[in-house]
Amino acid sequence: MEALSRTFLVHNKLGLHARPAASIAKLAQQAKSDIWLIKGDEKADAASIIDILTLACTQGTTIKVEITDHNDTSILENIASLFETSFGE
Amino acid sequence: MPNSVPEIRLAGFSGSPGVCIGQAYIIEKKGLDVIEKYHIQPEARYKEVNRLKKAVRKAKEELQHLIASTSTQVRDHVYILEAHMAMFKDKMLYTQAITAIEKEGLNAEWAVKKVSESVKSIFREIPDPYLRERADDITHVSELILHNLVCAEPVKISSIDKRVILVARDLSPAETLQIQLDKVKGFVTDGGGRASHASIIAKSLQIPSVLGCGDAMRLIQSDDIIIVDGINGLVIIHPSDRTLETYERLRSRYEKHKASVNRNAHLPAATNDHVTIRTKANIERPEEIVQVRDYGGDGIGLFRTEFMYIEGAGFPSECELFERYREIAEFMSPNPVTFRTLDINGDKIVPGANIQPEENPALGLRGIRFCLKRQNYFMDQIKAILRASAYGDIRILFPMISSMEEVLESKKLLAEAKDSLAKEGAKFNPDMPVGIMIEVPSAVILADELAKEVDFFSIGTNDLIQYALAIDRGNPQVAYLYDAMHPAILRMLKMVVDVCKKHNIEVCMCGEMAGEIQNLPLVLGLGMDELSINPPFIPEIKNIIRAVSQKETRAFVEEALKLTTSEQVYDLVQERYGHLFRLENA
Repeated sequence: MEALSRTFLVHNKLGLHARPAASIAKLAQQAKSDIWLIKGDEKADAASIIDILTLACTQGTTIKVEITDHNDTSILENIASLFETSFGE
Repeated sequence: MPNSVPEIRLAGFSGSPGVCIGQAYIIEKKGLDVIEKYHIQPEARYKEVNRLKKAVRKAKEELQHLIASTSTQVRDHVYILEAHMAMFKDKMLYTQAITAIEKEGLNAEWAVKKVSESVKSIFREIPDPYLRERADDITHVSELILHNLVCAEPVKISSIDKRVILVARDLSPAETLQIQLDKVKGFVTDGGGRASHASIIAKSLQIPSVLGCGDAMRLIQSDDIIIVDGINGLVIIHPSDRTLETYERLRSRYEKHKASVNRNAHLPAATNDHVTIRTKANIERPEEIVQVRDYGGDGIGLFRTEFMYIEGAGFPSECELFERYREIAEFMSPNPVTFRTLDINGDKIVPGANIQPEENPALGLRGIRFCLKRQNYFMDQIKAILRASAYGDIRILFPMISSMEEVLESKKLLAEAKDSLAKEGAKFNPDMPVGIMIEVPSAVILADELAKEVDFFSIGTNDLIQYALAIDRGNPQVAYLYDAMHPAILRMLKMVVDVCKKHNIEVCMCGEMAGEIQNLPLVLGLGMDELSINPPFIPEIKNIIRAVSQKETRAFVEEALKLTTSEQVYDLVQERYGHLFRLENA
C-alpha cells in the first residue's frame, strides 16, 4: 500500500523541542500503524518523543510526516494542524 | 574569630542577575553516583522487568503529584514536566531498557543507565545548542526512575525550611520548579548550559543564580557562607570580611539600581545634553502590547506581522487583518505603531504547498520579493494597515528591500490601495509615513537614492550584519564571527545615518544591536533618532541613554570609525564607557 505523507516547515523558534515533540508523540501513539517523521534521509518514530528530539528539527527544517496505514489519515490531519498552528507557541 | 579558610572565586555564567549572600544548602542525589551492575539469571528476568515497571510507575506518580502542586508563578514551565511524563514510557528509553534486561540479563538500574547514556550520546551530536541540551531531559527522567529503583529519597527542595542558597550538580526542571522564593535566595549549579531549563526558569523567578561552575559541589560544604554574584557570573566561597562588605554594598546598590531603573522606565529617555531618543518596542503578537506599556516603550517601532499568517489556516483576509491592526493601533494610541509588512517566504504560510524548496531561504523568495509576487495578498495587508491608520499613529515598513524597483513597486501598490479605499469610502490617513528596512547591503549602498522615496529608514541589524559579513548566525561553526562592532558594520551604519540626515528623514535601529547596553554609545553616537528593542530591555537601555551625552558619543564614534578591528572597537568602548556597564562603579 502506498504511504500517505504531508510536508511541513518547523516555525517554532526553538525547533521541535520537548513540548511540540510530546504533542506529536501523544497523537502518534493512538495510530494503528507506524507514523514516521522524515528529515532528509533520516527518520524518527513519531510515537517516541525521544526519537523526535534526536532528529534535531530546528526552526526552518522541512519535515515529512508519513503514515503507513490509511486508517491513520485523521491522525495525520491532527498532526498537520499542530504544525500549522506552530504548536500553539 | 579569624577567617582561616582562604576565599575561593569560582567562575560560571549568570543564570539571572542579582546578588545574594547566605548559607549553602547542598543538594546531593544520594545513591545515584554509584550504580551497581550485576547479572540476572534468565528465570529471574521477568521479576527484574517488573521491578523496573514498578519504579517507572512510582516515578510517574511522584511527578504527577509535583505537577499538581506547582505554584502558579511558574505554571508556564510545567509543560516541561509534562514532557518528562511522556518520556517515561518512551520506547527509546522504556522499551529498550526492558529489552536490555530480558536479552542481556542486566539489572534494572544498569539497564536504565546504559540506555539513557546511549540516547544522550545521540543528543551530543546535535549541532543546534538548544536541542543538544535536551539530553538533560533524559538525565532527569532516568534519575527519577533510578531514585525509585535504588529506593533513594528524591530531593525535596520544597521541604527546605531556612533561607539558603542551593548548590547542586544540576537542577532538573522538577527541582527548579519547587523553589520557593521566600526560602531560596539563589542557586549555583555545576552543570546547566545557557539554554538549560534551570537557566530559563531562573530568569523567570528572577533570583540570582550562577550556572556552569564545574566545581562548586566539590568546593562548597553545607552551611558554608557563599556569595552568588549573578551580575558577573561568579561564586565566592568563604568570602573574606572585606569581600563581604564589598558585596553587601553591591547587593544594596543593585537593588536600588533595579528599583530606580524600573521607576524611570515610563519617562522619556533623554541624553544628559537633552536629546530625546525614542525607545520603542519590537513585538510580534498582540498580547505583547501589555509588556510594551509595562516596560515604558514609547510606541512600537517594529510590529512583525507574520503571526496571523503562520498561525491561521492560509492567508488572512483584509478584514481579519484590519480588526487586529485596529485593536493594536487603538491600544497604543497616541504612541506610534510601525507595521512591517509580511517578511517570510510563502512556504511558511501554506505548509506543504507546492512552493519550491529553497536551498538558501535567507537569500530566497522572502519579504518584499514574495509579497510583490503575490500582490493580491499583499494588497489585503496594505489596505488593512491603511484602514488601521484612521485609529492611531500608524506607519508602514517594507522589509528586505534590495533595489529601487522594489520601493517604487511597493509605493505604487500603496497608491492603488489608497485609491481603492477612497472609492469604498473607507477612512484612512492619506499621509501615512512609509519606510523601508535597511538590512541588505545593496540598500546601504543605494541609500542615498532610496531616501528620496520614503519617510524613514529602519535598520535591521540582525540581517544586515548577517548579509554583510556573510555569516549564518544559526551555524555554530561561524556564529562567533557575528559581530555588531565589526568596523565594516560601523561604517555601513554611518553611511545610512548620514544619508538620513542629508535628506532629513528619520532613522531607527530595530535589531538586537540596539538592545545591548555595550553597543549604546556607538548606536547613539552614530545618530539614531530612535531605537526599537525587545520590551524587557527598554528600562535598562533608557537608563544608559540618560547617562551619556550625545555630543560626546558623536566624538567617540568619530574615533571608533578610524579603528580597523572589532577588538579595538570593543576595547575603546570598554575604556570610555565600561563604567556604565559595571555596577560596582554605578
